[in-house]
Amino acid sequence: MNIAGEMGIVLALLGAACAVLFAGIGSAIGVGIAGQAASGVVTEDPSKFAKVLVIQLLPGTQGLYGLLVGFITLSKIGILGGELADISVTTGLLILAACLPIAIVGLLSAISQGKTAVAAIGIVAKKPDQFGKAMLFPAMVETYAILALLVSFLAVNGIPV
Amino acid sequence: MSKTKYTYAVARIRALEVSLFSDMVIEQLLACKTAEQGLQFVREKGWGDASADMDMDAVLKCEEEKAWQVIRETAPDMSVFDVLSYPKLYHNLKAAIKAVCTETKDLNIFYDDCSISGEEMMQIIENREFQRLPDHMAAAAEEAFETLLHTGDGQLCDICVDKAALEAIREAGKKSKEPMIENYADTTVAIADIKTAVRAQKTGKSADFMRSAMAECGSISVERLIRAALAGADEIARYLEETSYAGGAEALKESPSAFERWCDNRMTETLKAQKYEIFSVGPLLGYLLARENEIKTVRIILTGKQNGFSDDAIRERIREMYV
Repeated sequence: MNIAGEMGIVLALLGAACAVLFAGIGSAIGVGIAGQAASGVVTEDPSKFAKVLVIQLLPGTQGLYGLLVGFITLSKIGILGGELADISVTTGLLILAACLPIAIVGLLSAISQGKTAVAAIGIVAKKPDQFGKAMLFPAMVETYAILALLVSFLAVNGIPV
Repeated sequence: MSKTKYTYAVARIRALEVSLFSDMVIEQLLACKTAEQGLQFVREKGWGDASADMDMDAVLKCEEEKAWQVIRETAPDMSVFDVLSYPKLYHNLKAAIKAVCTETKDLNIFYDDCSISGEEMMQIIENREFQRLPDHMAAAAEEAFETLLHTGDGQLCDICVDKAALEAIREAGKKSKEPMIENYADTTVAIADIKTAVRAQKTGKSADFMRSAMAECGSISVERLIRAALAGADEIARYLEETSYAGGAEALKESPSAFERWCDNRMTETLKAQKYEIFSVGPLLGYLLARENEIKTVRIILTGKQNGFSDDAIRERIREMYV
């Protein structure tokens, strides 16, 4: 087994790892910060638990998108099936590049969404009847994570192995 | 992390802001016929604790304690609130110096909710262990104690402690590195200076006296204020019009209570923007001051009703609410 020959699969695996890692880190930060705000509200008013929980979970989706792209990549390169595909360095690089949108956008959008969720939790704290509107603001950030997921998903699927 | 360390605290404050009194609630309180009814009204709003027979002072003290309790529980760093606790700390110092010099012992004259309790302060002054006091206090404490002991002049002692308190507040504001707190500290010092100038002008005090009572601050010039005070009340108003306290000049002409009200309203106005902050210490400060303002207003209304003031006389002194 020579390293140059195996480089393709290493790069492809790196892509899958990046997608899961960065999107996951972003979501953990986002959900964490929103969780702090949610705890603050529930300390004073436990009846708002369900509402703030929904908002807290919004930045968690990027992690799932990263997982999805990572999963597809693993199955594409045969790691999941147990039979490693023969992947050239070029294909490996292509897969790595395909994973980048959800890795980078996932990281940054989850953090931004977390901060917006904190502000939205503030709305629920003061005006619980405005829950629907409050949820829309962090949901807007989701758009860009979905766009990145779409591109990563199409790209990984479209690369012939 | 540093940018988000107030997330929990601010969210908790947001939930608590709902129970702050609005202008409408204050109107309802004002509509109560007697002080007893007013007290009952605030009790129904959740003021005081579970014990049935609380008088007005106990209810208001309980509310003050509740507000600080929330801040103590939530704030990751209490040192930024020094600007708010220093007046009480310096009050304890002043009270202890006077109690020791007059050889009386009454712990009721002290505030309990600050870093040095009345009893400890009494011990420090009695044993002249000024080095046990925080750095910003030690020198002023010794000077005030010696002054009172040798001259027996309570006013000189007060001036010394009050000036040190103002300087400490300004320093604490600067040290906090939070623009909101710095601004609050600076305004507090400026307003204290203006009040001193007005009173000194009325009682015909000298420039040296004013200089020893006033502390430097960023928003007004002490020297110009002293010169204005020496020239007369109109000069003070004219000088204020050049500063950011222009609205105060108008209130000052009306009455001293109108000026105090204007000062509080101006602070509330500045703080209102903090209702939309989510990651800074501002909302905590806003909440704490809003509660103090609220408690002050309820006290004004209840004592006004107790003493048979007319609604108009009370209304003149009512502060604007934060929410």
